[in-house]
Amino acid sequence: MNFTEEQIERYSRHIILPEVGGKGQAKLLNSKVFVLGAGGLGSPALLYLAAAGVGTMGVADGDCVDLSNLQRQIIHDTSKVGLHKALSAQKSIEALNPDVKVVTYKERLNADNIRDIIKNYDVLLDGSDNFPTRYLMNDAAFFEKKTLISGSMFRFDGQVTIFKPHAGHPCYRCLYPEPPPKGLVPSCQEAGVLGALAGVVGVIQAVEAVKELLSIGNTLAGHLLIFDALGMTFRKVKVKRDPECALCSEKATIKKLVVYEEACEIQAAKCGA
Amino acid sequence: MAVKVRIPTPLRKLTNGQDEVFAEGKNVKEIIDDLERHYPGLKERICEGDGKLRRFVNIYVNDEDIRFKSNIDTALKSGDEVSIIPAIAGGMS
Repeated sequence: MNFTEEQIERYSRHIILPEVGGKGQAKLLNSKVFVLGAGGLGSPALLYLAAAGVGTMGVADGDCVDLSNLQRQIIHDTSKVGLHKALSAQKSIEALNPDVKVVTYKERLNADNIRDIIKNYDVLLDGSDNFPTRYLMNDAAFFEKKTLISGSMFRFDGQVTIFKPHAGHPCYRCLYPEPPPKGLVPSCQEAGVLGALAGVVGVIQAVEAVKELLSIGNTLAGHLLIFDALGMTFRKVKVKRDPECALCSEKATIKKLVVYEEACEIQAAKCGA
Repeated sequence: MAVKVRIPTPLRKLTNGQDEVFAEGKNVKEIIDDLERHYPGLKERICEGDGKLRRFVNIYVNDEDIRFKSNIDTALKSGDEVSIIPAIAGGMS
């Protein structure tokens, strides 16, 4: 591909890295990344991937920007309160980098639409905020053979890993076979999250996405990275493929998308636009 | 034998806010029972009624998931570190 003068300047700090180079930058510009959730994790991930010149970015979020989001959801700003998050994210991305084509999904993802939506992307990021959506995304990614970069957080703790069962690595169900039942989810009763923690976790997801797209380095596939912001420790534990996994093993019993009941009441912000 | 156990944020209110505690035991099962003696209510958060690990909570000995070792019968040696890692879902809203 031929870069414009402006692109050579914009991406110069990438292009001079031998691991990226002109070839890698061209690859990024031809890549398609899907981000589920333009919230705490999606905000920094979307911004860095847009800045990196990922050519096509899908942004899915069914909510609208609420003032209480702005403590951590840095892709939005005060002027965007009431706007659909996917559209707000699109505006921020387009202002940051006009090279990026943004595809917005304002509808909630469900078992009927998710596979069609994700199938055209190279890499998927999960920055959702509830277990039913995480299992839906994991299962859909498995059926569509897509690499899924998963980030989650709770209060001061963050977790990041990559699910890649089509390449011999584990899926979410290998790590945690089933979601917690209703009433046992601490995130409902003890809500709250350190805003900057979202930045740490979301940016690690973006780093891993770029590595996956460029096939460089060692990724978190087969590992779970655990960040404790209060203790300021990062720990990495192994995640193995479960030979009994209900989804991705030879003994699989799940043959289509499973819909779980939401364990908490989701209070969606009112959309004014 | 006492080993160090890392307590995740959601369970720290049961350990008086401590992120690391010590527990006595030769295997993970004994550690869980010892934790329950000192911090009542903890076992219920980790285990089903029949004593099996809940399916959304993992326990690691060093960096290995005990489900791929001998589960709660996984033996411990001096210097091992036990970590309790529950699934967390937050991210978007």
